Order: sequence, then C-alpha cells, then structure tokens
Amino acid sequence: MRAQGIEIDAKAVLECVEKGLSVFQEDFEGGLSGYPDGSFDYLILDQSLQQVRKPDQILKEALRVGRRIIVNIPNFASYSVRMQILFGGKVPVTPALPHEWYDTPNLHFLSISDFIDYCRMRGFAIESSAFVRKDKRVKFRPNLMADLGIFLISQRGRPQTGQLPPGSP
Amino acid sequence: MTAGGGSVGPVETRFFTFAEPPTGLPLECGRSLGPVTLAYETYGSLNPERSNAVLVLHALSGDAHAAGLHDGEKTPGWWDDMIGPGKGLDTEKYFVICSNVLGGCKGSTGPASTNPRTGRPYGLELPVLTIKDMVDAQSRLVESLGIKKLLAVVGGSMGGMQVLQWMVSYPDRIRAAIPIATTLKHAPQQIAFDEVGRQAIMADSNWKEGEYYGGPLPSKGLAVARMVGHITYMSDASMAEKFGRRLKSEGEPGKFGTDFEVEGYLRYRGDSFVKRFDANSYLYITKAMDNFDLLAERRLAEVFRGLRARVLVIAFKSDWLYPAYQSKEIVKACKLAGVDASYCEIDSTYGHDAFLLEVEEETHLIQHFLRTATENGHGAREGERVSDEIRAQNHT
Repeated sequence: MRAQGIEIDAKAVLECVEKGLSVFQEDFEGGLSGYPDGSFDYLILDQSLQQVRKPDQILKEALRVGRRIIVNIPNFASYSVRMQILFGGKVPVTPALPHEWYDTPNLHFLSISDFIDYCRMRGFAIESSAFVRKDKRVKFRPNLMADLGIFLISQRGRPQTGQLPPGSP
Repeated sequence: MTAGGGSVGPVETRFFTFAEPPTGLPLECGRSLGPVTLAYETYGSLNPERSNAVLVLHALSGDAHAAGLHDGEKTPGWWDDMIGPGKGLDTEKYFVICSNVLGGCKGSTGPASTNPRTGRPYGLELPVLTIKDMVDAQSRLVESLGIKKLLAVVGGSMGGMQVLQWMVSYPDRIRAAIPIATTLKHAPQQIAFDEVGRQAIMADSNWKEGEYYGGPLPSKGLAVARMVGHITYMSDASMAEKFGRRLKSEGEPGKFGTDFEVEGYLRYRGDSFVKRFDANSYLYITKAMDNFDLLAERRLAEVFRGLRARVLVIAFKSDWLYPAYQSKEIVKACKLAGVDASYCEIDSTYGHDAFLLEVEEETHLIQHFLRTATENGHGAREGERVSDEIRAQNHT
C-alpha cells in the first residue's frame, strides 16, 4: 500500500517525516501536476477544497491524478450557520467553521446542496456520501442538519478498478 | 532529538589505492586512469551486518575531512555540525564515510598528482572527469570496506549531484538517498559563474596552461574565482546582515584598496583558499559539475525508473544559486518514476550556504528520515497503519 502527502506547513511536514511518511512540501496546485494520470486509487482532499483559489481546477486535476476522490466540506447551509446570519447578522463562527472573518483560510463558502449540484454539472459521479454533525451521522435533511459533507466521487463514465474501502456507506 | 551532540574527536585521513594499470579505472570519456587513490575518513563503527554505512559526498571545495579534528588542528571538519555522537549523522548508530572526490587535491588522484608514466604532475594531461567517474571511484572504495549496500548517500551542492548519480548508477546499492540544494543539471547561469571562476584562473600569468607546479602558483586568479564563489553562496539578506556598508577599521592603502568589511572578507576568503586548494582541480571539478546532466539521454520520467531506495530531497528558500525549482524537478522525476520520496523546503536566509549552516532543521529531517529508513524498508513503524490516501492540506 503506497501513500503520499502534499503539505505546505513546515511543522506538519516534519511530523510526516518523523512518522516515515512520504510527503512533499508544496501547495497542491503545483504538487499534483507532477503526477502521471491515474497515479493513485484514492485521493483525499481533507477540508481543503474551500481554501484553494481555484477549486474547479483542483478537482479536475485531482480526478486526473486519482481514480476516486474523497472530499469533505464544511456545510455553509447548516441550521446553526443560518441562525447566526439570520438572527445575529454576523458571519458565522461554528465548530465546523471556527475562524473569524479576518483570520480564516476559507476562500469559498458552499453548502452540501451546492456541491451536489456542482458534481451533476461537471459530470462527476457521487459514488457515496455521508453527512455528519458533531461526530454523529445525519440522515435527515443533511443540507439543513449536517456540519460536514463527505463525498466519494469519480469521473462519470470512467471504468473503475478495485473495491470500495470496507465500511463505506 | 535536538541539534547538539558531541564531537567525533581526533581523526586521521586514510588512503585507498586501486585500479592499477594496465586496466585502470574506465572513465566516461573513454580513457582509463590508473592507479587511482582516494583519500577518505570514517567516523563511528560498521555493525556486524555491515548495514549502517552512510556515505557523505562533499561539495566543490570540500574534502574527506568532514568531521573531527586533525592532529594540531583547531578548526574541525566541514560538516562537524552534522556528524558526531547524537548529531544528524549519529556516529553512535552509523558508520559515516567521506571521501575526497577523484580530481580533487586533498589526497585523491587529481591534476596535482604524479603521472606514473612521466613522473611529473598530471596537470592538464589528466583526462576530463565527470561526476559519474567520481561516483564509480567511490563505489570501489565502498566495496573495499566490505559494504554491499549503503544505508544512505547524502550530500549538498556538488555532493547532491553525486547522490543523484549514485541513484542512477548504483540504485541497488543504496537504501536511501538525501540530495540537498542540488540539481539534475546546471542551468546556464550556474555554468556562467563557473566559467568566470575558470577564466580568472586561466588569466593569471602564473597559470602557464596548468604547468605551474614547482613554481609560483596562480593564486590571484584562484582567489578571484573563490571570491565570486562566495558571493553566490550567500544571499542579499545574509550579506546585508553580515556586513552592511560597514567600513573596515583599517583600510588598506591605495585608491582601490579594501574599504568595506565585505571587501576585506572576500579578500581574506580568497587568500586562505589558495593555501589549501589546487587551481587545476578547480578547473576539473567545475567542468565536471557543468557537464553533469541526468536529462541528457533520458526523459524526466526515466531518470529514476526502478529505484527502490527512499529519497529525501531538501532545498532552501533563499538559495538562488541552486534554486528550489531545481529540487522540485528532482521531486517530479521521483513522482513520475513512482519513487518513495519526500521533499522539504527549509526556510532560511543564508542562501546556498544554508546546507552547511541551517543545522537544526536539517538535523531533525535527516535524523528521522534515516531512522525510518533503518526500521524497515517502507519506513512505517510496526503496528502503525500507513494511511492509504493523499492528504492535501493547504494552509494560508
């Protein structure tokens, strides 16, 4: 089993080296371009899609390098976020979106529904998904109830090899 | 694990002579050279399995004396900060070897060595040497020490080129490789700086087409070459911090004497260099660096194909002589070949010299990397699951 990481933070890179993991200290706009097509069975974007300048390009590139992507996003349409804007009139600060407006790495604010629509528009197949609020699975009206959306996506129409990881929904 | 640790103490340079004529050592230029001597030093002890040997490769002006003190010496070896008990290359764990390159002038066969056929120094009769020739010679030395597979090869600058050459020429004789502040090939700017240095030497009236042994040395030319070199090893920021526009307390007489501290520094460095380095060696070694090109006959994806060693590529942010983009190309070659590699870009203002000066971070990286390379082939500790994903995290 082969795993590699792309990480820009020096401390995190050192931690990876300490654990014997293969890691590249670069941003992934540059980092992904070095890989040939289909280099990896799975590619994970862990709460980073909303932080990159060009998420559209990154997803396209990610789906070139990885056969399947696991991507998770904080849900900007969860009820706690809606309440803060509606009643507080302020940009929300929640456990899933913990930063203040002046100190946040997040460039984009999207909801679970936004992402599902986006995948349909781009021709990405959502092979499976899971929605979470405070570490518990949410099945009922996830766009309203969940803090986090987790998606397993692939390019529609591309033949896939290999099984889904055990325990997937 | 912290930077610090002790000294290896007193050391002695040793010599290994091989490739006696008529066979000699086959060189890349098609000729052969013999006999060949390599000066080398070792620190620490080789374990019974002979599996803990680390070969250190030196840069342009380095030599075999990488650590410890020679008899009567006050200044230790050039990488004493990195080699010793408890240091980055921990001599309590590893058997560290450093040899002077072929073409050098500190005990190895080079232009100042005696040509057995004429009884005089080789001078420019020495065949053109390449980084591959240097590495081929080193592989014989390693063999002679009874080591079939090195734990690691590590080096910066020209030392890094030698590491890359080991990865290409002897992929199955290394378990890990650490190329630092280096490149797959020199860019025109790097060649240009080397050429200025060479022209300075050859313009010295004492150079006499390399036939200066026994007479006055081309010291002024070599000193100027060294001055240019020193500028390229520093950065704008590090020079501003080190010298500023401070004047020397006592300038030298004459209209264009040394007024500024930086001028005095460069003069001093140039003058002390000529006492320990041979001008012809400078020509041969810089030419070998300029001719080094791992992409000359291969596509990027093919350079490290089949390499099973683990690789740690290190670059420094302010290094403008060997800029990070060149290390990133090495990284790309690793990715394309499916090599188990890592890349770290260390924050530093020292410029190219950082690989010698930025000890703490380098020590951390190398210590951990070597430890995981030793533990098992894939670097994962027993019982710790290696995640099966690429984690892409971007922090602004």
